[in-house]
Amino acid sequence: MTAAPKISLKNVSKSFGDKHVLNNLSLDVREGESLVVIGGSGTGKSVMLKCILGLLEPESGEIYIDGQQVLGLPRAEREKSLLKTGMLFQYAALFDSLPVWENVAFGLMQAHGMKRPEARDIAIEKLSLVGLGSEMAGKSPADLSMGMQKRVGLARAIATNPEIIFFDEPTTGLDPIMGDVIDNLIRDCTKRLGASTLTISHDMESAQKIADRIALIYKGSVVWVGQADQIEDSGNPYVEQFVKGDIEGPIELDILKP
Amino acid sequence: MELNFLAAIGRVTLRFMGAVGHLTLFTIQAVRNIFLPPFYMRLFLRQLMSIGYYSLPVVGLTALFTGMVLALQIYVGSSRFNAESAVATIVVIGLTRELAPVLSGLMVAGRVGAAIAAEIGTMRVTEQIDALVTLSTNPFRYLVTPRVLAGVITLPMLVLVGDIVGVAGGYLVATESLGFNPSSYIKNTFDFLEARDVISGLIKASVFGFIVTLMGCYHGFNSTGGAQGVGRATTNAVVSSFILILVSDYFLTVLLLD
Ligand SMILES: Nc1ncnc2c1ncn2[C@@H]1O[C@H](COP(=O)(O)OP(=O)(O)OP(=O)(O)O)[C@@H](O)[C@H]1O
Ligand SMILES: [Mg+2]
Repeated sequence: MTAAPKISLKNVSKSFGDKHVLNNLSLDVREGESLVVIGGSGTGKSVMLKCILGLLEPESGEIYIDGQQVLGLPRAEREKSLLKTGMLFQYAALFDSLPVWENVAFGLMQAHGMKRPEARDIAIEKLSLVGLGSEMAGKSPADLSMGMQKRVGLARAIATNPEIIFFDEPTTGLDPIMGDVIDNLIRDCTKRLGASTLTISHDMESAQKIADRIALIYKGSVVWVGQADQIEDSGNPYVEQFVKGDIEGPIELDILKP
Repeated sequence: MELNFLAAIGRVTLRFMGAVGHLTLFTIQAVRNIFLPPFYMRLFLRQLMSIGYYSLPVVGLTALFTGMVLALQIYVGSSRFNAESAVATIVVIGLTRELAPVLSGLMVAGRVGAAIAAEIGTMRVTEQIDALVTLSTNPFRYLVTPRVLAGVITLPMLVLVGDIVGVAGGYLVATESLGFNPSSYIKNTFDFLEARDVISGLIKASVFGFIVTLMGCYHGFNSTGGAQGVGRATTNAVVSSFILILVSDYFLTVLLLD
């Protein structure tokens, strides 16, 4: 191992009532790498991201960003540490009271104090990166399709060129061509801009394309993590089942078998 | 059986105390954040318009008919002991001290409190509030402060308009259908009116403005469970505003009596 990891989770646990969602989850994101987290629906992937961002407080465990323990930090300092992160929410979470361009420029104007015209130019440039023309800039997010909202959310996440970017299912709901464009964009964020990214995905093909490393989450813990090219012959029964999409295997499904 | 009953009382009491504590913390935070930068001028002005300006028709209409009805009813009462000349004075004191602030508060609670709860509640369940946090923006200062401040400032202005319109309504009825002499009605209106009648009403209005906007924000902020949760938040915002306005009105009256 070389440098200290950009983000490090150690034995993080989180439950809602008596439902344990994260169980002693440990995971590192290295500086400048693209880590993709895969895992079944409802295994706690989105919850993990929210814990890192401080939107949810885990019951136990430690979370380090740039070597600094962020759990238990005062609110103001936590806010400061968010200045260097970007987040794409699973359901986009665009501000519907603001037009598309102001959504994208929000971080630039509010947190970085940029003037409106300048921020607007950058917003339009970022929108073009995700395949949305400048005629979209003035639209209300409520008038966009889900796939378009997702791409606006993506533009918003990368607008400030953050050091750390989280993508919660960036390509779900997109057609294969646009999915490919977004995959390349995420790849570009790490390779060209040097960001460290953590992407959640269900799509094995896209995961292999953008990932340096892949981690599989099952029942709130990481059961496998390894190089993206090793996923085909990991020797791990969970990974094999997930990659092949088999019903038979160690992963328990709450479905009635005929 | 008996134990169950006691346990139920305990549970309800605990839940109630929990809610009171929660609301108290929320109130403290709302007030504290008013004095902390940044201040969102653009949002504040937008709220001034939507809480103040757009409430003018409802408040005006309410005051007009209340003034008209007051003149009629008080005439009925005062004519029973030949004190018709008191009508003008009682109308203006009833309006400024009591009816204009309370009725405006209730109307604004229905119009604005509900809208605030629905808007912020939707932002909560669609993760827009989480998105604000990830963009290094304090949702309290961004959402709550502009609304509460606008409520505290605009409600007294609305009530002042209500006072004037209400008195005009009373004047119309008195002179047109009760046969009062216009100039002596006006003289009676202002001769016995004291500044503190008006001012105590405006202070009440300010408190009601605080209550309405705070309840809208509080219930919106804490809404859970999708569209149904937002609906519940809206109802709770209106009902709790109504109750708090009526209860606090009594105590404010005692406090401001002399
Ligand atoms: N705020 C919350 N309150 C209660 N339960 C929650 C909350 N957020 C998430 N959960 C529960 O945590 C579990 C994990 O949710 P999460 O959204 O992390 O799943 P996920 O792995 O992202 O799934 P998907 O791939 O379908 O998005 C779910 O069972 C969900 O019901
Ligand atoms: Mg998810």
